Formats: sequence, C-alpha cells, structure tokens
Amino acid sequence: MLSAETIKKIDHEVAKYPADQKQSAVMSALAFAQDEKGWLANETMDFIAHYLGMPAIAVYEVATFYNMYNLQPVGKYKVTVCTNLPCALSGGNDAAARLKQKLGIGFNQTTADGKFTLKEGECMGACGDAPVLLVNNKRMCSFMSDDKIDQLLEELSK
Amino acid sequence: MTNIEIDGKQVAVPKGGTVMDGARQLGIYIPHFCYHKKLSIAANCRMCLVQVEKAPKPLPACSTPAVEGMKVSTHSAQAVTAQKGVMEFLLINHPLDCPICDQGGECQLQDLAVGYGASASRYTEPKRVVVNKNLGPLISTDMTRCILCTRCVRFGQEIAGIMELGMAGRGEHAEILSFVGSTVDSELSGNMIDLCPVGALVSKPFRYSARTWELSRRKSVSPHCGLGSNLVVQIKQNRVMRVLPRENEEINECWLSDKDRFSYEGLNSEERLTTPMIKLDGQWQGCDWQAALEFVATGLKAAKEKHGAQGIGALASPHSTLEELYLLQKLVRTMGSGNVDHRLRQSDFRADSQSQGAPWLGMKIAGISQLKSVLVIGSTLRKDHPLIAQRLRQAVKQGAQLNLINPVDDDLLTKIANHAVVAPAAMAAMLAQVLQAAAELKAVEIPDAVKNAVNTVSVTDTARAIAASLIDNKPAAIFLGNLTQHHPQYADIHVLAQHIAQITEASFGVLGEAANSVGAYLVGAVPGAVGTSTSYSQVGASGSNASQMLGMSTTPTAEPCRAYVLMNLEPEFDSHNPQQAMKTLAAADLVVMMSAYKKHAASVDYADVLLPIAPFTETSGTFVNTEGRVQSFNGVVAPLGEARPAWKVLRVLGNLLQLDGFDYETPEQVRAEIFPDGSDISTWLDNRLDNFTVGEIGQTGAGLQRIGEVPIYQADPIVRRAESLQRTHDAAAPAAWMPGALLDRLGVRAGDTVKVKQGDGEVLLPAARDDKLPANCVRVASAHPLTVALGAMFGEITVEKL
Repeated sequence: MLSAETIKKIDHEVAKYPADQKQSAVMSALAFAQDEKGWLANETMDFIAHYLGMPAIAVYEVATFYNMYNLQPVGKYKVTVCTNLPCALSGGNDAAARLKQKLGIGFNQTTADGKFTLKEGECMGACGDAPVLLVNNKRMCSFMSDDKIDQLLEELSK
Repeated sequence: MTNIEIDGKQVAVPKGGTVMDGARQLGIYIPHFCYHKKLSIAANCRMCLVQVEKAPKPLPACSTPAVEGMKVSTHSAQAVTAQKGVMEFLLINHPLDCPICDQGGECQLQDLAVGYGASASRYTEPKRVVVNKNLGPLISTDMTRCILCTRCVRFGQEIAGIMELGMAGRGEHAEILSFVGSTVDSELSGNMIDLCPVGALVSKPFRYSARTWELSRRKSVSPHCGLGSNLVVQIKQNRVMRVLPRENEEINECWLSDKDRFSYEGLNSEERLTTPMIKLDGQWQGCDWQAALEFVATGLKAAKEKHGAQGIGALASPHSTLEELYLLQKLVRTMGSGNVDHRLRQSDFRADSQSQGAPWLGMKIAGISQLKSVLVIGSTLRKDHPLIAQRLRQAVKQGAQLNLINPVDDDLLTKIANHAVVAPAAMAAMLAQVLQAAAELKAVEIPDAVKNAVNTVSVTDTARAIAASLIDNKPAAIFLGNLTQHHPQYADIHVLAQHIAQITEASFGVLGEAANSVGAYLVGAVPGAVGTSTSYSQVGASGSNASQMLGMSTTPTAEPCRAYVLMNLEPEFDSHNPQQAMKTLAAADLVVMMSAYKKHAASVDYADVLLPIAPFTETSGTFVNTEGRVQSFNGVVAPLGEARPAWKVLRVLGNLLQLDGFDYETPEQVRAEIFPDGSDISTWLDNRLDNFTVGEIGQTGAGLQRIGEVPIYQADPIVRRAESLQRTHDAAAPAAWMPGALLDRLGVRAGDTVKVKQGDGEVLLPAARDDKLPANCVRVASAHPLTVALGAMFGEITVEKL
C-alpha cells in the first residue's frame, strides 16, 4: 500500500509514543502518506487505521478535521490562499482573484493540465506578512502582490 | 467528599465528582443533551450551563468539578439566560419536523425547547442539510436533526467496545457518520437509538408505525439469553410495537442487546401458529382445541399402553417459562415416565448423577463488574451474552485481567490478558495444565478426581500465566460458556474448571444459555430431578436425558421414546445433533409440537399435531436468570388467534388424561406449588460435581473437528423470525471457516464452494479463511437452515473440494 520508505518514516513517529498509544502518530502518518500518494484515498486511511491499530472512522475524523489533508486528488501544486480577515484587509481577496484569473479556475478546482489546484485557506499565523499563501502545505509565500504571484506561477509552471 | 451548595441545598459529592453529580444526588434537574451517566464527559452541547458563585461566566455542570464550598445556581437569571442562549443555537439548524419525527413525544430536544426555546427563531438563513446514512437494518437516520452530542460515538468507543460511528468534518460541516458507508454491526447497536436525544437515530423496524403517545407501556422480562434483561414492552391495539430497556442496575443496567430489543418482530411474524392443526393422512388440517387435545390425549394413552410409560418423552426449550416447564414435567412424571429434559444442545450427560444442584453463574451479575481476574472457557461471549461481555469490557478497563480458553478467537473488543486458542478436543488438556500450574503455585495436592488427567500434560507458559492471573488478582471468577456446555467432554471440563476454581479460590459459574436455564433445573425439567418442590420426586428420578431420548447419545442406555411432547422447540435447530434428532422423531409414533410457530419445513415430516402456544408476551410466567433471580411477568397482549398460554394447555391436557393435581386456575397457583416456601432458591443453586473422576482427556480422532456454535440470531424460535435481525451482518449465512494451512491442504481457496459432510448428511458451503482457528478445525455454525442436514455440533467432520 505505502512504500517502504514511508512506512519507515511512520515507524519513526510511532516509536516516539508508548507501545499502546500508537494512534498518537496518526497525524504524521497521514501527512507522510499524503506526501507519497498526493492525496488520502479511503484505502490509504484504512491502511493507516490497521497499521496503527485504531478504528478506521477515527482516522477519518482526523483527516476530515484538518484542511491540509486532501481527501480528493489535487494538482501537482496545491496553492492555498488565506482569505481570513487580516489577509482580506491587506489584499488577500485580490491575491485570490489574481490566482483565479491567471489559472482560469475557481476555488477547489484543478487546471486542465493537472498542474494547479486552488484552495481557500484559513489563517496561517502570519498576518503581518499578508497576503499569504501556501504551496503544497509546505512552502509559505508572503506579501503576495500581483507581481509576486505572477513570478511564483511562472516558476512553478517550468 | 466535597461539600457544595446547589440552589441553596448542601450536598456532599464524592472526590472527583462534578456539579452534575451533586445535582443528581439532590434530584435537581439540569437540562442536558450530551451528558449521560454511563458515558464519558464530552461537554459539547453546553445545555447544562449553570451559574457558579465567583466564576466570571456560566460553567457546564457536567464537566465542572465540585470544589469545596462552591455555590451553584441552576435556575438563576444568568443560568437560565445561558441555557436559553444555547437552546437558540441548537435550534438554528434543527429542522422543525417534529410532526413527522419518530422521536416526537419522547424527544429531549423537544421537551427542553418547550422550556427554554423562544416561540420563533431570529435566524432567517437556510438550515443546513446533512445527507442520511445507511447504518444497517436496525438504525434509521435523519442526520439533519443531529445536534452533534456524540453520545452514539462515545457509546461505540466505551460500551460496545468498537468505534463504528465518528464525527467527521469541523464546525458547520461536522457530521456523524460511519467509515465509507459501512454499517453499524455491534450487537449492542440499538442502544444508540435510546441514547440519541433527538430523532437523528431512530429504530428502523419501528419507524413510522406508531406515535409514542399511542403506546401503552408494560413491564416484561427478556426470554433470550440467561441474563433476564428487564424490558418495557410497548403495545398498540394488542400488538407489540417496540421493546425498550427497563433500567435495572443489577442486571442489564440501562442497556439492551439487539437480540432482546428487536426480536419482538418475531412475535408478529406471518409464521405464527394461530390454530391447532392435526396431520391426517399426511395432510395438515386446522381443527379446534377440543379435537387437537383429545387427539393428543388419545395418542399419549395409546403410547403408554403399547410401550409403557417410558415410551413417552417430553422435551422443552429452556426459553419456556417456569410454569410451563413445571407442568410439562409434572404431566409426564404423573403418567409414570421420568423422560423429561430441556438440554437438547448438551451432549455429555455423564456427570448428571453427581450434580449437586442447578448450575448457575456462581455469583451476582453485578459482581462481574468488580472482578479483577476472569477465565472464560469455551464461549462466543459477545454473541451469546452481549451484556455480560459488556460488563467484562468495563471490568477490564478497571484493571481486570480477562483470560480465555476457547476454540475460536473472536474479537471480544477488549484487552485479553492470556489467550489459549485450542481445538475443542484439546480444551480439557489445556485446563489440566492450568490446574497443574495453579496447584504448583499454591503448593497444594492435586485432587484425586483429576490426577489422571493432570499427569498426562505438561504445563505451558500460557497455562501458568492464566493460573497466576487467577491467584494474584482477587476477586476472580471462572465461567463456562455455551460452547463448553455443548462440548462432548463437558463433564471433564466442568470438573477440571471446578478444581481450578477451588485451588485459586475463584468463584465458579456456568453462563446460562437461555432465559430459564437455571429455572428448568429448579422445576425438575431434567431426568434426575433436583428442585424446589417434592411433587416430582415421587416417580423415580431415573429417566432418559435429551440425548438418549433423541438417539443422539453415543452410548445409548435407553431406547428412544415412541411418543414425544415438544414444547417451544424446533429440534432441527435446537438439538446437538439435528440429523439424528430428525431421524428419531420421524420414527416415533406420535410427536406433539407445542409451538408458537407454524411448522418449519423439516417438522412437516415428523410432527403429528401442532398446538399453538403463546410466546412470553402473551402469557404470564417466570424466568430464573443465570444469577438465580426469580422474575415473574404478566402477559402484555392477548394471545394471537387461537393460541393459548402453554400452562393452560398443559392443565387441560392433564385433565383430559385424568391425572391428579392439574386443577390450577391461575399461574400464581402453579408458582406457589413450585416455590412452596417463598422464592428463596439459593439452596438449590450449586455448580459442584462431586465424585466425578476425569478419565482420558487426550486428543481424539485424527480427522477434522467441527466447531459448531449457535449463531446469535438463531438461538431460539422467536429471534429466528425477527426479520430485521436476520438482515444484519451477524445473521450472515454460515460458511466453512478453516485456517489457511487447512485450506491449502484441501486445495481450496476462500470463497470456493466445498462439500461439508457429517454422518450421512452433507451440505454445500462457501469456504472461508480464519487463520486464528486451531489446526484441523472447521467452524460451521449449527442451528441454521443451511446446516441442519449436518450432525453433532462438535466432532468429526469432512470437507471435500468440489
């Protein structure tokens, strides 16, 4: 189901907790699985449930609670733009509009070439850098003016 | 103890208690939804907000720990304002569909909305809609009504032991669901319906069939497992519409197993027998009671004349009431026959004459919760005794060690300390090991009765661990499950377990298989009569047991009978060896079936007359549960059609046969005769088998062994006809379960159809793989229409590739 490398990473996390509390590693296990697969299919969650000895529904609860877990396939680059109040006051909605216009898609949509998915995100804890966006959950981009958005998209399109 | 003041009243709350605990002690009602006394505290509905002196804001009573000197107001202006505010929030998304909601009339949200809700909402936005889920044949959903109290989720995690429902999503998008469309399969799932404070989870079989205020509530007692769960039976127009738990902390707490809750559908089944029937020239014909009873009386008299009284035998289901069992044995004994039994699924009767009393649990049911170490021998515990399994699950959470010696390794949904999965034929040897280990640890002599058996085994680590667990943790108990009671070496296992209990100073008990397993002994529905009354010991205690009567015994010391009276029984499902039982009954001169149901396909051949008798809801009666508690109940509806309570049928039959002592007018008179000195029966309860020497217990037979358990929803005639239960996962058609090594050897794959043979019967079943089964064992459920052609529940079986 998951590659040996991913399993190794999960085991490393599991080792941090007492043997009878393996389920503490569920969030990192899901993150690693998503890194490998790109998104979390039901089978993937079921596998993790078995692997950590917890009910499948409990894994599903976690995966649906946090919006960084993708429960649907996404494009190569998932761009999550913050539209919460502090960002919105500093141009977050403009950044979102720019992205929509450049990519030709709306929120929760993927470009036809499968390269970009656009998501609306919640506060990323960097309101001073507004507007902010995240690429693939890992790369934080600050002060996203139209120019910087154009640059970013150009860089990613290569 | 912590002293606090609630609404001006002083109360002492145990350490660690909450404000809600204090209020409950005082009898002060604080409105709530998510709080439930048996579940963990979630504090997510916020309905129980109360005012606490010096606290800056209202606090939830359910999760606020009591602190010395705390002053709480539950109905002050601040508290009520907070509660009204919460109610307004709860109603933002709750639909106003009470008129078509099954919960209407018994809905906590509806009741509290009357008290705390406004007459109109200030919200004009559209309400959120949540898609309904299919949770299986028992629970119907209306998820838009859900207020996300998570009682159902916590019930699964904490009581049922398996989390089948969860809360997915967050905030506005949160909803209760199961993982990707799976159903809720717990054998306790119906309790989620009771727990749901709104109409989100309602009973599927009951849905839209009545409004709750049209129903009358009558008390009753469950006729299924040995627990004797207390019921509220709700009826409308002389029909049982629904069954709910009646709270009894000492028995079923506030729970009910799905079998107890939903089997009422069988009472209203199309298959109910509503008029007496006689078979004339091979054709079944309806007749009146007079004709039917005269036919029976004539037949029994003729049988007695021709074959002597010993030619007559009576077999009854242990699901029958005390009064029915008593009168049945009185009937045959007064006729001069000692052939009466209720143990059709038992196969080993060697220790009958050593029995000192009626086998029972050996302790109070409530005591199970306090146990610190338990050994359960041979049981599909979750399916046979769902609520005892639940009590053990809670005990394990409190630190108890659960040990098992079992031929199957079904998940008990709790932590198992030591687990020996052994073939049925090796169970006695496993117990001998534990006995030896216990004797070594306690440095005591091994009793003579078991010396031979113990000397042939060498102790394994598992056996030593089980013995140590029982010795080191007190109180401890050893229980014999249903599989053990059906086991061909029951007497050996019983005696070995009894001596282990003696050495380890553990309590020793037998888990009662049916509602009246204990009661049937008390009224002498066994050949060697033990009992509370003297009336049946006049006729010699000797007589044939069920196995001998039906020709199932391997060492027949008695001829099968020529005339049979069967009460509440379907021998094709209810006997240890249906194949043999069918043959014997087919060869009999007369078979009288007293049954609530029309003939099953198989009984068409052997029965000669069918007498429609009333099930437990249509007669008054008494059950003695596995802890020896005598519980009487009244009929809740009138008998269906021409059906009559069996005690009345037996009384009239006694009169027709001109037997003395059948002049009862009320069931109370029968009961008074059963318990002449009140209903203290404790002196009659005794699990000991004295002077029984365990013989050869080594492995027997080289072939494959059958493990034939009784499926949960096939255990008695009522539940067999409960349609919704028959559609559950637990009622799935039987398969031939085998360990992988055996499948490989036979050259079959899981899913292939195989031919399963026992004696001269064979059936085709799908092969299935269960690597946890012991080697060379085939698990094939008994008591199922697809497997009735097979023989004994345990013993040799052959499986052939097609």
